[in-house]
Amino acid sequence: MSRRPASERLIETFIRLSAGVAIAALVMIFIFIGKEALPVLTSPKVREEAGLSKLFLPQPPAAGKPARFSWQPVSKVPKYSLLPLFVGTIKVTLVSLLFALPLALGAALFTSEFAAAWLKEIVKPVIELLAAIPSVVLGFLALIVTASYVQNVFGLDFRLNTLNAGMALALAVIPVVYTVAEDALSSVPNSFREGSIALGATSWQTAWRVVLPAAFPGIFAACVLGFGRAIGETMIVLMASGNAAVLSWNAGHPFRSLSATVAAELGEVVKGSPHYHVLFFIGVMLFIFTFLTNFAGQMFVTRLKEKLTGAR
Amino acid sequence: MPVPTEDVFRIEDLRIRAGKKELLKGISLSLRRNEILSAIGPSGSGKTTFLRCLNRLTDLEEGLTIEGRVLFKGKNIFDPETDAIELRRKVGMVFAVPMPLPMSIRDNLMLPLRLQSNSLEEDADGRIETCLRAAFLWDEVKDRLSLAATSLSGGQQQRLCLARSLMVRPDVLLLDEPCSGLDPISTAKIEEALQGLKKVMSVVLVTNNVKQASRTSDRTAFLLMGELVELGETGQIFTNPRDSRTGDYVSGRFG
Amino acid sequence: MNRRWIDLISRAFTALTGLACATLVLAVAMILGHVAYHGWAGLSWKFLTTAPRNGMTEGGIFPAIFGTVFLVVLMTVAVVPLGVSTAIYLREYAHADSRWVQAVRMAIQNLAGVPAIVFGLFGLGFFIEFVGKGIDAAFFGGKLYFGQPAILWAALTLALLTLPTVVVSTEEALRVVPRGHREVAYSLGATRWQMVRRVVLPQAVDGILTGTILAVSRGVGEVAPILFTGAAFYLPFLPTRLNQQFMVMNYHVYVLATQSPDIDATLPLLYSTVLVLLLLTLTLNSAAIVIRSRLRRRMKGSK
Repeated sequence: MSRRPASERLIETFIRLSAGVAIAALVMIFIFIGKEALPVLTSPKVREEAGLSKLFLPQPPAAGKPARFSWQPVSKVPKYSLLPLFVGTIKVTLVSLLFALPLALGAALFTSEFAAAWLKEIVKPVIELLAAIPSVVLGFLALIVTASYVQNVFGLDFRLNTLNAGMALALAVIPVVYTVAEDALSSVPNSFREGSIALGATSWQTAWRVVLPAAFPGIFAACVLGFGRAIGETMIVLMASGNAAVLSWNAGHPFRSLSATVAAELGEVVKGSPHYHVLFFIGVMLFIFTFLTNFAGQMFVTRLKEKLTGAR
Repeated sequence: MPVPTEDVFRIEDLRIRAGKKELLKGISLSLRRNEILSAIGPSGSGKTTFLRCLNRLTDLEEGLTIEGRVLFKGKNIFDPETDAIELRRKVGMVFAVPMPLPMSIRDNLMLPLRLQSNSLEEDADGRIETCLRAAFLWDEVKDRLSLAATSLSGGQQQRLCLARSLMVRPDVLLLDEPCSGLDPISTAKIEEALQGLKKVMSVVLVTNNVKQASRTSDRTAFLLMGELVELGETGQIFTNPRDSRTGDYVSGRFG
Repeated sequence: MNRRWIDLISRAFTALTGLACATLVLAVAMILGHVAYHGWAGLSWKFLTTAPRNGMTEGGIFPAIFGTVFLVVLMTVAVVPLGVSTAIYLREYAHADSRWVQAVRMAIQNLAGVPAIVFGLFGLGFFIEFVGKGIDAAFFGGKLYFGQPAILWAALTLALLTLPTVVVSTEEALRVVPRGHREVAYSLGATRWQMVRRVVLPQAVDGILTGTILAVSRGVGEVAPILFTGAAFYLPFLPTRLNQQFMVMNYHVYVLATQSPDIDATLPLLYSTVLVLLLLTLTLNSAAIVIRSRLRRRMKGSK
């Protein structure tokens, strides 16, 4: 019936298979990182040193001493408490969002609601360029340039502190939040705005009472995706955090994040050691965590689309 | 003048549904060799669906159920062993909106040849000239074949599309309101071209323009809400319709 | 509250959002300005074409440039065919709203959100430990050949990381191609692949190019995925085989910034390296933005 050449059938097979690659990749990431993390749960040898209770519950540093949370994987008695890393990660994420969300959402609001068309044409690409700056460059700037300024201005005890790292991290988070939020705001139909303006509202009132509520799921998605980006970012934190695994919520202190721990230590661990498996275990947690935030983010974007098309 | 008798297409009780909506409600007719058959009717009468069915462009739409038989040279085109690709190379089509592809005039015309690489035309340039002449476009574009096709005027674009569909010598040409947005001069040229083309092929012309049907076609079919109300010699349809609805439509009382 | 107050407050808040915008633009300008100011002096032909010397406190960055180019070329070769053909599948082959298509789309979006460091772990666990060691066991009698950090594995890891970028850009471009063009191709007797190859793809070149450029820019910038899959601290030779390690600009920045024996001596080199890196990624992204805006304008025109 068909006189299609074999080359064409070959290409079509490739096309059909390629679509599966993204799914396969996601599954394989989970499997292959999970495989290396599994001994934390299953291997008696690994569990003795780094079982779940060692990762999450306080442990006495020596017999008779009060139990503490500490991450000291290369000391004589290795300690693998993840709590300092969790605290460090959450701490820097919160600081970065504190800067990133107001700036990114404010800028998104400005470009989509208030800026003249020509201004928008300039401003939008410039902010998008922020996404093009490699995180290693932001890390470098935070480490070499801004650290001392931040320390002096805020009178902090440590040069490499959470505040400084969080600000650099914010620059990496902002493009994510800005792009998604701007998209959400511009997808609100103009008829919404015209209705409100016709009732005598100012453009700010319109933005605040009409456009923002209509775009809310998208705005929320932007925040969630920004959160995910902050949790997973590695190089900035690795370079600017001071890498001290201390259990402290103080934004003036150095810290160490989950991702930076993996980056800093995996290069030097012995393959198959408890330490090696714990680092993969951290990878699994990062994977699951960002997977969930992404999933939630997408859900809200879908909801936004449904809401706006339904309302039309 | 020889009387054309042999049927190219034979359509038997063709029914098409989209979900619950019936687009065609049992159409039976034949297309003869070397004739121009026009299909007229108000919009929504199913003319376009009927036309797209004949080269199985309906395959592209999801959710259509097609019943009945459409025999092309005696073979049902909906048989599983019929190759739609082969069919479409024999049954050309011109769309309502001029649809030149964003490439040069020459590349537009070469495309159908390139699609059949196993039967490469030896004299492609000759073929291009023949088809452009047949579409009354040759004199206007012969010096600028490498120009972008989209730089032509709407009427020229449509004639280019006509020429393009002729490149692989189809047996049947389907035209879906080909002159709907065109100026009178281009419309006249296309109609004139069709008169020449029917010497070598059969033509189905779907049109909203009743006068065009009466000017150009040998036979006319009147469709209404998916039904074939009347089919006859064009002269008879326009002067002496058997069905009162046909009379009302061709005299402009509705539609 | 009277009208004047409402107007005043409205204006104040509007100004605040403008201020946020200005802050971001200023931040971009300051970063570029600062790096350009400090890095410009050290930028020379010699800097770009010689190797580091004296414990990386002197000399140029040629091996890092070479490694970067080699790496992203390999990555591009892997990711572009894969990404383009995924997009073609989603747009041209699959039924628009099937479960499978939704699953693929979701996987792509999720892949885009996986942290770079997790890709690094995957590269190590899958490409090196599983595939590489597997190849060594099967073909080289267990001798270490592919089962170690190498430019091939780093490039493939980056290819997975950038896959969503290419898919999304290509899909956007395919969406712009009018349905009528596809029907024309079919009506002329094109097979589906001929339709894609002759009519759709030529019109999607802009989008594919945008996606490729953005992917390359991302590949040039990301360090975390190549930390354990092939990036080298320092190499006295240029990599010429797929199973060798390589120096690369972004990792070089990290190394110079964090592990230099004498940071004051290194700093000028460091700034110049960062400047080269920034110039590269910003040029790439600007090009992508220009091409994309051209594409978007065409999309508006075709609607």
